[in-house]
Amino acid sequence: MAVFQELKKGVLISLWFVFLTFPVMVIKVDPIARTVTWRWMNALYMAVGTFIIYTLVQFFIKRRGRSKPASTQKEAGSSVIHRLLDNPRRRAMLFVVLAVAAIAFPQLLSSYQTNVMTTALMYVVLGLGLNIVVGLAGLLDLGFVAFYAVGAYTYALLNHHFGLGFWTILPVGGLLAACFGILLGFPVLRLRGDYLAIVTLGFGEIIRLVLENWGEFSKGPSGISNIARPSLFGMELDLHGSIVFNYYLMVLFVIFTIFVVNRLQNSRLGRAWIALREDEIACQAMGIDKHRTKLVAFSLGAFWAGLMGVVFAGKTTFVNPASFTFMESAIILAIVVLGGMGSIVGVILGALILILMPEYLRGLSQYRMLAFGAILVCMMIFRPQGLIANIRRTYVYKKTPNDAQAS
Amino acid sequence: MTSQPILEVSGLTMDFGGIRALNALDLDVASGEIVALIGPNGAGKTTFFNCITGIYTPTEGNVWLTPPGGKKVSLNGLKPNKVTERGLARTFQNIRLFSKMTVLENVMIGRHCRTKAFILGAILRDPRTRREEQDILETSYAMLEKVGLAEHCDEFAENLSYGAQRRLEIARALATEPLLLLLDEPAAGMNPQETIELEGLIKKISREGQAILLIEHDMKLVMSLSDRIFVMDYGRKIAQGTPREIRENPAVIKAYLGEEVDA
Amino acid sequence: MDYFIELLFSGLTRGSIYALIALGYTMVYGIIGLINFAHGEIYMIGAFTAFIVATVLSIYGFPLLAIVIIAGVAAVVWAASYGYTIEKIAYKPLRHAPRLSPLISAIGMSIFLQNYVLLAQTSDFLPFPRLIRDFPFMEPIAHIIGSTDLVILVTTVVVMVILTLIIKFSMIGKAMRATSQDRTMATLVGINVNRVISMTFIIGSSLAAIGGLLIASHIGQINFYIGFLAGIKAFTAAVLGGIGSVPGAVLGSMILGLTESFATGYVSSDYEDVFAFSLLVLILIFKPSGLLGKATNQKV
Repeated sequence: MAVFQELKKGVLISLWFVFLTFPVMVIKVDPIARTVTWRWMNALYMAVGTFIIYTLVQFFIKRRGRSKPASTQKEAGSSVIHRLLDNPRRRAMLFVVLAVAAIAFPQLLSSYQTNVMTTALMYVVLGLGLNIVVGLAGLLDLGFVAFYAVGAYTYALLNHHFGLGFWTILPVGGLLAACFGILLGFPVLRLRGDYLAIVTLGFGEIIRLVLENWGEFSKGPSGISNIARPSLFGMELDLHGSIVFNYYLMVLFVIFTIFVVNRLQNSRLGRAWIALREDEIACQAMGIDKHRTKLVAFSLGAFWAGLMGVVFAGKTTFVNPASFTFMESAIILAIVVLGGMGSIVGVILGALILILMPEYLRGLSQYRMLAFGAILVCMMIFRPQGLIANIRRTYVYKKTPNDAQAS
Repeated sequence: MTSQPILEVSGLTMDFGGIRALNALDLDVASGEIVALIGPNGAGKTTFFNCITGIYTPTEGNVWLTPPGGKKVSLNGLKPNKVTERGLARTFQNIRLFSKMTVLENVMIGRHCRTKAFILGAILRDPRTRREEQDILETSYAMLEKVGLAEHCDEFAENLSYGAQRRLEIARALATEPLLLLLDEPAAGMNPQETIELEGLIKKISREGQAILLIEHDMKLVMSLSDRIFVMDYGRKIAQGTPREIRENPAVIKAYLGEEVDA
Repeated sequence: MDYFIELLFSGLTRGSIYALIALGYTMVYGIIGLINFAHGEIYMIGAFTAFIVATVLSIYGFPLLAIVIIAGVAAVVWAASYGYTIEKIAYKPLRHAPRLSPLISAIGMSIFLQNYVLLAQTSDFLPFPRLIRDFPFMEPIAHIIGSTDLVILVTTVVVMVILTLIIKFSMIGKAMRATSQDRTMATLVGINVNRVISMTFIIGSSLAAIGGLLIASHIGQINFYIGFLAGIKAFTAAVLGGIGSVPGAVLGSMILGLTESFATGYVSSDYEDVFAFSLLVLILIFKPSGLLGKATNQKV
């Protein structure tokens, strides 16, 4: 009987979605040729699709309800990756395998594949940067791409006007983005979370619109081309060489970023960020300077975006405002949310999945943004902690106090 | 207990719109003392805490803190984190722990204002930062042992029992090395057994020389712990004195039991 | 002088459209404290539905009045259905989640809907049929105010009056006001809060659909991306007026519409959008409670 009820509900919901999507999915008009196409099959797909999704969701909800209310850290602790990372020997082996794979990658695969991987690695770094802001400090920054743009245009303009090289500009771009972060952060970080999100979104759009409209400064929508590629000790590289070089550069960047972010989040500052995310008032009552701590997180995130902006400009040799839309911020946010806010391994995995998957499943690439949107919604509802929840806090300190006692 | 006062509050007034939540309140706490602030619900006790810890900015009045052997400093207009740095630490009536952090980490946050490491220190992990980190761990662990939560150090704070959460808040506040510890209804929601344990804990902390100002409704607890009691009603101080004096004070009886007793 | 009046009316027209959308933001925010980021997409879907229905009917040779009525009703019905469904899917499960979770979900929903329309229809700009013919009696002043502007203004005023009546006097309006003041208390006195929230989404979405229909027939073209900018601007207007306040949303929208109109008329149209975004950033920084909103104090 219950099954029949469920079935009936499923059918009703399917019908509702058929109705809901009817005008957009079924009818297609051509106002110029004045023809109407009725795509009835779409209604059928919709009905079947909704029914299947509904059944699956119900199934998972039921199953989750039946399994014990596991405490989150245990559940996450049993994940394969964390078990691998827990054991020092396995961890060392994993690192060796990863290092070999990373080094061999451009030798074994084509320039195109290497280039795609470089892009994915850039998103890893961007994701890790945003992770400091969103994941650790809990500040929803929807204008992250603005700092990316600052870095990219810093390199593009200084290279174009003064012929300055990549290595000179790299720190400049990062620092300038961090300065922008401080400038913006100073007034807005006292806002409540959701307002902060909207203000940063507004700021991101302002930067883009200024770049688009202020032609004398930024050459407007046509952008700046012929930006110098990164050089290797003054050597100019050919196209293939440059792609490979960029790739290794990004691998180093990723390692550097993981190292820094890992140390930050296990420090006094990192703990303060997480505490701030949990409860601002209690934080202040414990003597944490709310503003300063937030500002540091915000500008550190911006710094990484700035660095990546410079790398982006050097890699593509061309920048224009169209690369820095809100959607770019949304993609980076989706990476962090999918991977798991605050979790380094999660963000890396999130970036690789979201950037590589559409590349390799060509047929699906047009559904990319659709999927990103759906991911944001589904993750919030079904798994807000992300694919790989951050669990470092349960064991990192465990042995140390005992050691301290023993000594 | 005739030592010098640590905390002096004079003429503290707080208006919310047209409502006067605190009315020219005077209060002082001497070093090593346990002082209780009592009064019916809505008397303005928590508002008083919020005002002296910088969460609210009082309309009028002065708050001074005097470190033993040090100079008197004003707390007027300081942000909450600065107040904590100067030496006032508090717990919250409706527990405010960092629920997704471990018990130990919660206490470590309390060490924040007594330590320095920043971005570079965190990244480079130089010897000084490492020593500081070790010190944070040891001190925090010691605090947990003091309140009897050491064996729970790796659990998430949200998974602790109610009474344990209250004790964790005390440990966290103690980790800031306060001159004066402010406890906002530490026994609220505790069962009798937990309350007895809490009483023991507060006495232990007090014996170590810690000055304490507490808000509490449990009269038995207040009477057995306090050296002095301040009574508030409608934002005003209506009485002060030793537990015995307070118990016999007609104004206090009236505030608690209503007019009829008078008649 | 004529130019001034022309700009004035064009500003009021813009303001009316912003107001129709801003009301949805402000009502939802008032009830559940969520910035419904997908609201701009509801407006876009309303416009798209109207476009599809109107074009189909005109191809099949329906008379203009019938087209206007059917397309309008369809836009409202579908936009309301989308609003209702989105709330059930993306926000209701997150009602007790941390504050940022529903916002992230809303952003996801917005991106999803944009791309859903993009994939199911097209990314091109589509010509929107002219639903409003020039009225003969408007001929003498047509250079100051067009017939479409007039229809937009009149429709907006009528809609506002109806909305005010609903909020002030109907049962559901009273329940809404109660819920927005204190949700727990509203539940205790027997208000079905879930129903109130659903109704809020339905009403807000219907208003946005009317706005979508009007602006699309005014500008004459639509695409899947129109919701983003319109949404942000309407949100700006809602914040300017004080988010959560219904008259505030209307006031804020009119101010935003008029300033934009005069700024583009007398200064330059290059930075029209920059202006709106800057205004948004500045209000949130300096007066987040807006013109008519109440500042809230966090309880400790």
